Order: sequence, then structure tokens, then C-alpha cells
Amino acid sequence: MYDVVIIGAGITGTMLCRKLSQYRLKIAVLDQANDIAEGATMANSAVIHVGYDPEDGTNKAELNVKGALQYEQLCKDLHCKHKTVGAYIAACGAEEEAALGVLAARADARNIPYRWLSRADALPDEPNLSENVTRILDFYTTAVVYPWEVAVACMEVACQNGAELHLNSPCTGIAREDKCFRITTPNADFLTRYVVNAAGVHAEEIHNMVGKASWHATPRKGEYYVLDQDVQPIRHIIFPVPSKEKGKGVLAIPTVFGNTLIGPNSDFLEDPDDTGTTDSGLAYVRENIGKTLNHIPLNRSIRTFAGIRPTTSAPDFIIEEISEAPHFIDAVSIESPGLASSPAIADRIIEILAQSCPLEINPDAVMTREKPIVLADLSAEERNALIRENPSYGKIICRCEQISEGEIIDCIRRPCGARTVKGVKKRVRPGMGRCQGGFCEPKVLHILARELGISPLDVVYGGPDSNILQSENRI
Amino acid sequence: MTKELVCVNCPLGCRLTVTVQHNQITAVSGNSCPRGKTYAESECIRPMRILTTTVRITNALHRVLPVITEQEIPLDLVMKAMEAVRNVKVAAPIQVGDIIVENLLGTGVNLVAARSMKQL
Amino acid sequence: MKKYQAIIIGGGSAGLSAAVTLKKNGIEDILVIEKDEEPGGILEQCIHNGFGLQTFKEQLSGPAYAERYVRMAEEYDVNILLNTMVTKLTADRVIEYVNAEEGTVQVQADAVILAVGCYERPRGGINITGTRPAGIYTAGQAQRYLNIDGYMVGKRVMILGSGDIGLIMARRMTLEGAEVVGVAELMPYSNGLPRNIKQCLEDFNIPLYLSHTITEVFGTDRLEKVEMMEVDAKSNPIPGTEHYFNVDTLLLSVGLIPENHLADQAGIQMDPSTKGPVVDDRYMTSAEGIFACGNGLHVHDLVDYVSLQAEKSAEGAVSYLQNGMPQGDALRIQNGNQVSYCVPSKFYPQTPVEKLTVYFRVREPLKNATLIIRSGDKIIRTMKKRILIPSVMEEALLLKKDMSGLTEPITIEIAEEK
Repeated sequence: MYDVVIIGAGITGTMLCRKLSQYRLKIAVLDQANDIAEGATMANSAVIHVGYDPEDGTNKAELNVKGALQYEQLCKDLHCKHKTVGAYIAACGAEEEAALGVLAARADARNIPYRWLSRADALPDEPNLSENVTRILDFYTTAVVYPWEVAVACMEVACQNGAELHLNSPCTGIAREDKCFRITTPNADFLTRYVVNAAGVHAEEIHNMVGKASWHATPRKGEYYVLDQDVQPIRHIIFPVPSKEKGKGVLAIPTVFGNTLIGPNSDFLEDPDDTGTTDSGLAYVRENIGKTLNHIPLNRSIRTFAGIRPTTSAPDFIIEEISEAPHFIDAVSIESPGLASSPAIADRIIEILAQSCPLEINPDAVMTREKPIVLADLSAEERNALIRENPSYGKIICRCEQISEGEIIDCIRRPCGARTVKGVKKRVRPGMGRCQGGFCEPKVLHILARELGISPLDVVYGGPDSNILQSENRI
Repeated sequence: MTKELVCVNCPLGCRLTVTVQHNQITAVSGNSCPRGKTYAESECIRPMRILTTTVRITNALHRVLPVITEQEIPLDLVMKAMEAVRNVKVAAPIQVGDIIVENLLGTGVNLVAARSMKQL
Repeated sequence: MKKYQAIIIGGGSAGLSAAVTLKKNGIEDILVIEKDEEPGGILEQCIHNGFGLQTFKEQLSGPAYAERYVRMAEEYDVNILLNTMVTKLTADRVIEYVNAEEGTVQVQADAVILAVGCYERPRGGINITGTRPAGIYTAGQAQRYLNIDGYMVGKRVMILGSGDIGLIMARRMTLEGAEVVGVAELMPYSNGLPRNIKQCLEDFNIPLYLSHTITEVFGTDRLEKVEMMEVDAKSNPIPGTEHYFNVDTLLLSVGLIPENHLADQAGIQMDPSTKGPVVDDRYMTSAEGIFACGNGLHVHDLVDYVSLQAEKSAEGAVSYLQNGMPQGDALRIQNGNQVSYCVPSKFYPQTPVEKLTVYFRVREPLKNATLIIRSGDKIIRTMKKRILIPSVMEEALLLKKDMSGLTEPITIEIAEEK
């Protein structure tokens, strides 16, 4: 019998699992996919919004501000990348400047630091600002992170403290039994006292296994361009002024690794797992980035991607124990700013749990993660000491990102380790550079096969049937 | 009957017109040099090609060894030759030029190693 | 810090040729740094024939061609460091490399030759929308899996781009039993060599769809289907021309790009048209004592020219090691009408080299055109060209007397037939 089963290994589920793992609880996280962070956490803007955008009185407003404040320390504890780059909200003309005033007023009320800049003030740092831009509100504490890394790190910590991760485990049914729930998956049943529904775009299906949702899933898709590290057209996150109709608009984001993201659009989705890019979506991004920025070299794009957002018909995050099924807690409609809010969302869920579930601190729990070895971050002496001890750190596999074989092996062997080429790519980035895996993918494939003790034919790119090689050409 | 061909001897890519009567070439036009004529003749009667592929190799750096026919073989035998080579297995060490299949399909042409591979 | 007379980054066809040339010219204290486990570079996976006609006057396969140079390097006792990645290069020729035996090491050289090769433009560099399934490979990646590792990547194949590697892979996969349903080419002409169109596509009845592109891919885990559309003169897809092919594999052969990470790091001036460094008539980049050659300088059509150019760059390095910088100021060699780039793109009119071959490519196929080499109003040379195509690298020859004392840049241009 589990105390808590969390459905969904995205940022909401993994962040909660880490925080819960400090208590004496038996916890499991289930996910339909074969890796952590395969849904909305996989592909988003990676921005830790500071919390000026949500309207007063909403969960979003409260949890965004509280969540964002936790990130810096959290990333230190987990050894995750965190870069405070600052966000420019760029107004074009009087009407938008007035809208900026509203944001500034909210920021004042929420103790969020900002400053006003004229176009001239901003130009030395941001020479590509469009001449349309008239005034800028600079939220200089806004940061960017690497969302998958945070989710993976949270899950590693939780597993270290005894939590279980069950991948390839789609929840097919939830039955209420005497004082517990029975969660059915194709592999096993899980008996649990509490269920947390953090299933992202699939949250409505999960909710309706025990009740009837008063809201509807209305997932949206956002498409992005990723630019080569060689072209860094911006230094800050550049937002247009948000509007009710278009949300946050098309932004430009400097990522923690020096790439630039341009996007997203926002389209309703019929298939909640459809992460295909579209002509119209990318055209929208191309057209609209011009509102605030000139000379964005989209021809230097190394990749495009689409992310899904678990939007619902509800205007706010829904974080509550559902009335039809006590001890079943929804954490749904976690659209933007869900990433920034996730630490506070976890705190809120723990408060709800604490009302009926005694939480006793486990003194043995360790909430920090051992620092993974990242060669690029070490001094030459440290690197050489390491290579002497383990020569695989001296064998560079990915020439674009300079990732060694040792780092790839580590990410496979760690708790919740990589099992797919994409999993390796998410954790240590070979194939994220300009050649997009042209040279290193064959090498990563063979390392995975060797480490997992499987045939190269059985190594998959991402999904369970995404084998890269089809047959042995010579027996 | 006339046949249109693009000469592949050099980057000029001359467009050749070949007149064939009773399986005999009676005229070649459009060529800029004698090589074009020779190419057209062979191409119309029985096109010839170098075949390159791989065979399985054991105890070597790689799983397969590249191989090449020493001379051209008829294009119409290429698929058959692939079948003949498919199950050939060699063991390292191999020297470039080592004969892998002698007299491939009776063509009189040997299939040889395209590189050396040391024994591991 | 250990010092060398010359360090060559890259042990492929360019690097080995440069190393042998240095040794032939008495430069003994040299080091070749190679990232892979054996020298030879990308040729090891190019098992088709057609290499060596210029260099060795015979038709060799890629591995055999590479082996000739590996042998020569052995004969000249060239020191090759394998499994070693260069991680840093500075303008004053300090190189940091890393390998399993020595760890991170810094070395310095009086001359550095960049022979780093190129990489294939990935999917993100072109506009294909849709899902992100397995089954989409660059042509070279599939070539590696098949020819080095011995695995097939799929059974029903579409190829985007008629670049030579794509064409070669169309034949190769057909021979191995796959069905290649077609090659889509965005331009109204092929980007591959005519012999490859003939022997890789026509021999096997593989259709070439000119002025077509792949616009969307479908499939969740594995590729299931691609959408092909015809494009207009501006390369935009024409609505209503959608065709669908059920394929499990899409190979991309949509261009090669010089690998310029190290050159960028050293602050070397780049040429936006080649995407490689700008070099002078001695193949020296904008950083003194750093030279470039091969596909890392500009993408070549035939490996023979890579080897020849690497010899020239090594000769440039020898001259620099012995005599220092050339006297006087450099002038540009620039591309004029219908010429997309020129390499080298600088020369020294006060101290010209004996003979300079300038490599260039044309922007589109041209017939019965005239190549004109001029400096200002002065025509240096004209040459009739019956056929010029972008997939074939062209040469313009400049002699010492042509360049000597010039005061205006040299322009290489094509006069089209009226």
C-alpha cells in the first residue's frame, strides 16, 4: 500500500515527489511515457516568470510569485542550471505603455522588483529591438532554467529517499476500495491512500475515472524555433505586452546553454499528444517576432519544436481535493506559469494532504542532489584528475557540445537514468548542438546498447517503437 | 531507333544521341570527345558498373569491410552479385586488395577488399 | 607548454595530405590531431568508387583513397594523435586538446592548419513541419550506420535533396534491398554530379522530383508518411500539389556546412558565402599562422581537390614558417556575376604566388558562358565554358604575372550567353 501515488512525471509531479520524499511516506510516480518530463515539461519557454502577469486573487498569482522565489536555492540544491537573464516587456505605443502600467502596479503589490527603461536605455544591450518599441518594463530578476533537468533532478532526489518511479505505466483505471484507491496500469496495480492527478494534458481522463470534471481539457500547442549558439541576437528575454487574446505573445528567450528560443504561437489541439510543428504555427512565430525585434536570424535555426500546454476551460490552476473522491487531489490546468509555480504548487498540495494525513519528517532524507560531473564546468586540473581516474571522461563523443563518454555513461547509470537516445540528449545534451546528432548519435546509440546490455537494434530514439536501426545488414 | 544518354565521363555531361539498328550501333552524336562514343556504345549494348558493397568481418575494428569489384561488371548482374556477396564472411586481418570473392558470378572479375583492417 | 612547428587539426583527407606535404618540405616537428579512432575521416564510410581520378589517375573507393594517404603518412613518420578532440584554439595558436591518455593538454604551434571537415545540414536547418519520429536521418548518418556499423535504417525510403551523398545512398540502400521511392530536389536542377544522377538513380529507375520538397512528416514513434509538394520559382510550396508517400525512412541530403567552431573561437574572419574562414593566396586565415583547407574551408565536389588544396595550404604554411608574412597589403578576389563564392579570396600583388588556382561555384546552371577574370577594367583572362553547373567546383587560374603589381581587386565573373 502506497501513501501517495502521483500520476504524471512532469515538473508538477516530480517537484511534488521530491518535497514529499522528506516525509516518512511510501510514494510512487507513474507516467505513461518511457522517460520523465515527456509532456508539457519537455517543450516550453523555460522561463521562471516572476509573477507580474497573473490577475489578482488567482492561484496563478500567488503560486507564481512564491514558486519563482524558491528557484534559485532549489537549483543550487539540485545542481541545476539557473541563469538570471532578466525579462524586457516591450511596449509599442501609448496603448501598450498603459498596459505596462497595470503590470507595474501588480508588481508593486507583489513586491516584484522592476525598472523602467526607454528604448534608448535598452539599445546598447539589445541592439535588435524594433523601432516600434517605445518603452520597456524590465523584470530583471527573471531567470531561465533547463526544465527537464529540474524534473529529472527532483525525481533523482525523491528516488534517493525511497520514492518509486514507474515509467511506461499509463493509468487505465482508478477504483475506490476500502480506504484506498486501486490504480490499474498494464504492468501492475497500485493500492494507495492518496492520488495526485498531475497528468497534464491527460488530467481530465484521470479525473473522470473517479468523478466528473467541471472543466474540460483544451490543450494548446506552442511552436518554437531554436537558434544556433553562434547567433545570440538577444541578451534578455524579450516579451511583447501580453494580451487577453494572445497570451504572452511571441517571445525571444536566451536559454541557459546560449541557444535562443523564438516562439511560441498558441493553437488549440485536437490530439493532446500531437507535438508536430505546422506551417501556419511557425509562420505565426516568424511574423510576430518582428513586432518587438529586428534581424532575428531564423535562417540559423537548428531545430523547431512544438510543446503542449495542459490548458483547460478553467481560467486558473486547479489545486484541490475533489469533492466526489476525498483523498484524490487535482493539480490540473497547470499551464504557464506552471514551471515557475511548481515549487509552490507542491507546497499547496502538501498543505492539502496534511489536513488528513500526518506528515512525519524522515531525518534520513537528503533533499540535495550529488553534483553530476560536467566536464565543461571543471578546471583543467580537476578534469585531468578525473580522466586519470576514469579515462572515459577523456573521450569526447559530441564535438558540438563537447560531451564525454563518461558523462553519457553517468546519465545512464544514475537513478532514473536515461534509457533512450532522447533521454541521453535531455540529460547531457549530445546532439543538441548545430549538427543535431549527425556525428554523435551513432556513438550514443552504441554506448546505450552496451550499458543497457541490449542489441543496437533495440535502442530507441524516444518512444517505445522509435527504433533507429531496423535490421542487421550482414549477419 | 535512337536512344538519349547523358555522358558521365566528365562534368560536361554531354547529351548523346545513339542510333541503334538490329542491336548494332550505327551512329553516336552529341559527344565532345572519343570517350563519349565509347561510353555510349557500352551503355547501349551492355552497361557496365563498378560494384561497391560490404561483407561481414570478424575480429576487426568495424562489423563490416568495404569491398569493390576490380573491374566493371555488367549492370544487369549487379543485383545478383549483391545476393552472392550477402553471406560472405571474412576474418581480420585483411589487406587492401585481398581477394574476397574470386571470379564473381563467372564475370572473370574479382571482388577485393577496399581497405585494410587489422586484427583486434 | 609543448611546442610544435606545425599542428594539423583533423586527420582526414585534407589533414593527411597537408601533413605529408609539410614533411616533404622538411617540416619535421608536426602533430596531426584526429578525433576518431583511426585516420581517414569521412572517406571511411564513402565506400563507393570515383575517388582518385585526379590524384592517382585511377578510380578508387573512399576507404582505399584514404588508405593511400594513411600509408604516405606512415612512410613519412607523421605523428597522429587519435581519439583526441581539440577543445580550444586561440589566435596565437594555442591549442587545447583532450583524450583519455593525457587528459586536457595545451600545446602551441608556429603554424596551425585547420583541416576539420564539414557537417550535414540537419532537419532544423530546413522547413519540414510535423512530428519528430525516428526514421529521419542525414544521408551521411545512414551511410555510417550501413557502411561502418553494418545496419540498415529502414526499408522504404524517401530522400530529400539531390546532393551527392543522398544520391549515393539511394543506390546503396536499393542494393541492400530497400525501396527508394524517390528523391525530391527543391531546385529545378540537381545538386549532384551528373554521373551520380545516372548511376545512382536512373540505373535503378528511382524518380527524381525536381522543384519539389518534403513539407511535412507524419508518424508518432517511427516515420510513417511524408508529404511532398511542388515549389514555385521562389521555392515556395504550391498549394494543391501535395503528394503522400508511405515511407519509414527519410534521408536528408540538403547541404554540407564547414565546421567552423574552432575558427570562430579564435576570432578568425569568416566568409558568409562559404561559411568557412576567409583565406589568402597562401591559405592563411585572418589569424597569422593559422591556415585552412579542405571541406572545413569550403565544401568540395571531389576529394581529389581536397587533397590538392591541402597541399597548397601546407605549402603556404611552409612559406610562412620559413619567410614569415608576405610583403605588402592584400587585395580581394571577389565573386562577380553568377559566381557564388571564390576561394582563396585575397592575394598579395607585391609578392604573388607562382600560380594560384581560385576555386568557385556558379549560382545556377549556365551554358555557353564566358568566364572573365578582371582587375578593375583590366581583363586578365577570359575562357569559354560550355557548361557550368553549381554541383561542380570550377577553377580560375591566376599566374604570378597576372597578379603582380595590381592595384584593384580581382573579380571572377561569368558573362552569360545573350
